[in-house]
Amino acid sequence: MTADPADPADPADPADAAEAVPATEDGWQRLDPRNRLVAAVFLAGPPIAVGLIWLVGRALVPSGLMWTLASLGVTGMVIGGVTLVEWFTVRYRVTDERLQVRSGFLVRNHRSIPRDRIRSVDVSASPLHRLFRLATVKIGTGQHVGSGTEELKLDGVAPAEADRLRAVLLYRSAPAASGTATGATAASGVRGDAPIARLDWAWLRYAPLTVSALLAVFGALGVLYKPLDALGLGPQDIVRLGVVRGAVGEFNAVPLWMSIAVAVLVVLVVAVLGSLLIFVLTWWGFRLDDEGATLRTRRGLLTTRSVTLEKRRLRGVEIAEPLLLRAGGGARVNAVAVGLKSGNDGKSDSDANTRALLPPAPRAEAHRVATRVLGEDPTAAVALRRHPRRALRRRINRAAGVALAVAVILAVLAVFWIPAWSVACALVLFPLLLPFSFDAYRSLGHGVTGEYLVTRYGTGMRTTVGLRRDGVIGWKITRSPFQRRAGLVTLVATTAANDGAYRVRDVEPAAALGFAEESVPGLLVPFLAHDS
Amino acid sequence: MDGAGGGSVVGEMTGELGGPGGVRLRPPRHPVDPRARRWWTTRALLPVAPPVVVLAVLAALIAPARTWLLVALVVVVVCGAVYTVVMPRWRYRFHRWEATDDAVYAAEGWVFQQWRIAPMSRIQTVDSERGPLARAFGLAAVTVTTASSAGAIKIVGLDADTATDLAHRLTAATEATPGDAT
Repeated sequence: MTADPADPADPADPADAAEAVPATEDGWQRLDPRNRLVAAVFLAGPPIAVGLIWLVGRALVPSGLMWTLASLGVTGMVIGGVTLVEWFTVRYRVTDERLQVRSGFLVRNHRSIPRDRIRSVDVSASPLHRLFRLATVKIGTGQHVGSGTEELKLDGVAPAEADRLRAVLLYRSAPAASGTATGATAASGVRGDAPIARLDWAWLRYAPLTVSALLAVFGALGVLYKPLDALGLGPQDIVRLGVVRGAVGEFNAVPLWMSIAVAVLVVLVVAVLGSLLIFVLTWWGFRLDDEGATLRTRRGLLTTRSVTLEKRRLRGVEIAEPLLLRAGGGARVNAVAVGLKSGNDGKSDSDANTRALLPPAPRAEAHRVATRVLGEDPTAAVALRRHPRRALRRRINRAAGVALAVAVILAVLAVFWIPAWSVACALVLFPLLLPFSFDAYRSLGHGVTGEYLVTRYGTGMRTTVGLRRDGVIGWKITRSPFQRRAGLVTLVATTAANDGAYRVRDVEPAAALGFAEESVPGLLVPFLAHDS
Repeated sequence: MDGAGGGSVVGEMTGELGGPGGVRLRPPRHPVDPRARRWWTTRALLPVAPPVVVLAVLAALIAPARTWLLVALVVVVVCGAVYTVVMPRWRYRFHRWEATDDAVYAAEGWVFQQWRIAPMSRIQTVDSERGPLARAFGLAAVTVTTASSAGAIKIVGLDADTATDLAHRLTAATEATPGDAT
């Protein structure tokens, strides 16, 4: 191993930090030296902390908690070990044509991707990274390898170096491994203009209207349960606490309807506060910038993220309106772009919001951002064609099917366990689901405007997609037995962007063929037959 | 049902799409190899046969539960037989393919049906593959991958030589097209 260079004198100065990145021969570079500090904290911290707790509080701390702490400590040390190994082994180099990354200790790993295949550069920094002034750079190529998307990750580079990589890899102008000064200037080369959009705190009112936020809150509560349990504070123990016991006593004294109302109120308050917190954590400092050839979003309170996206990889936009948000007059905007992972395959917030061009915001703002990003707004300009009434019948049948399935399940249960009248609940379910059927039908629509095709669908999450017509890389027409009976098909435009497919659901075959032909003229012609 | 746009029965079975009096999507030109029917039949028997054997053996051995086991056996045999007989025939009528200079066009499915079209300029890779069972019937499949993550076009049940020829033709056509097909 080469001799360790001196630690940066002043970690607060990014320029100093960047210059401290040691460049070895042939332009191979290592990760930032501060990774050793991170590794040291992770390797030494847990044994010291756990040891101290064991020495001092052995008698007080329950053994279950001790084991939990110990396993957490081991996890921390593994992270430290990985960080240390990466510091010793990871080398990367940007040549004129390729980005090369070498890694691995026992198994040497060499990865090399052509620079013209790089589609997005994503810079993020977790709170820990920010403490040590480090960042993670993810380089996306949009090539599908197996089920996932090929991605290169450099974990632990200086923020200035991350900016340099971003500039070099996306603009392809600066020479490889040049001085960081030019890179840094190119990176901050936002064209003097105001950002396309920046966070307006009034949008905070939309936070409780996003279902994903509510789910995240309850997910967090579920995660909290385990440590509390480890502390010896299971639900039954909490009930034993004096204050809570008093409350429970009161609770039992009041009528049932009031208990239910209070419980619902508590859940609502927790959910609203949690969703506000998540909104603030996720969207703090959000701004969307037009950098000429690229678009860049920046956001995050604790973990900061910056996603840079080449405009020529952009294939359109998606206006997403979850039911509650739509009712509140809000919408979100997602990019439809080659090289961005779909929002569904990542469970964590960081993955789900990679494509986001705008947090939940007023609908007018969403359309304004779409216009600024694409130069036109197909989702607003288009005159959507409605789908046949048979599509509505299919949606009503679906509601009936759900109600019937629930009725059957309840009926089976009623034989053994539950009172017979509960079967009647399923009958109430059908009229409750009907509005959703009608709404789902009203949502359906498709059309072509300018360079874009537009399709809209969904009720729980109404999605309006404007997809560039030249971004369509194939067609798929699917037909289920039910659709065959109704004389309908689903037309799927396949694309290299995002999920890879956008659907026009439940249209007549002739309308589907006409729409496909209008969107991508000529492709279908050899396979069409006309009645004379 | 009003049946508008549903197509004739013949149209449904041979993969034509669209009603009379309008524009229609004709089925792709080439059927798959007739041996594909036997291949599909064998593949249908694989999941059906083991439960039949197990149920029959249990019914023979366990006298007290014989009635119920025989009922289960009859259900499995009837469903399995229908599946084994119907599926390969429907598939054979519906599975068709075609490759022009500009595009690949394929129809597949039986209960759930789909038609796929990919322009030659957007094809990224072409693979031909032969599974062990398909090899026993002299069959092969050609997989045409585009940059979409929504799935490749897979043409199954081709004669092995036809598959090799098709894969070569498509590969040549794809290589002749510049760009990264996104």
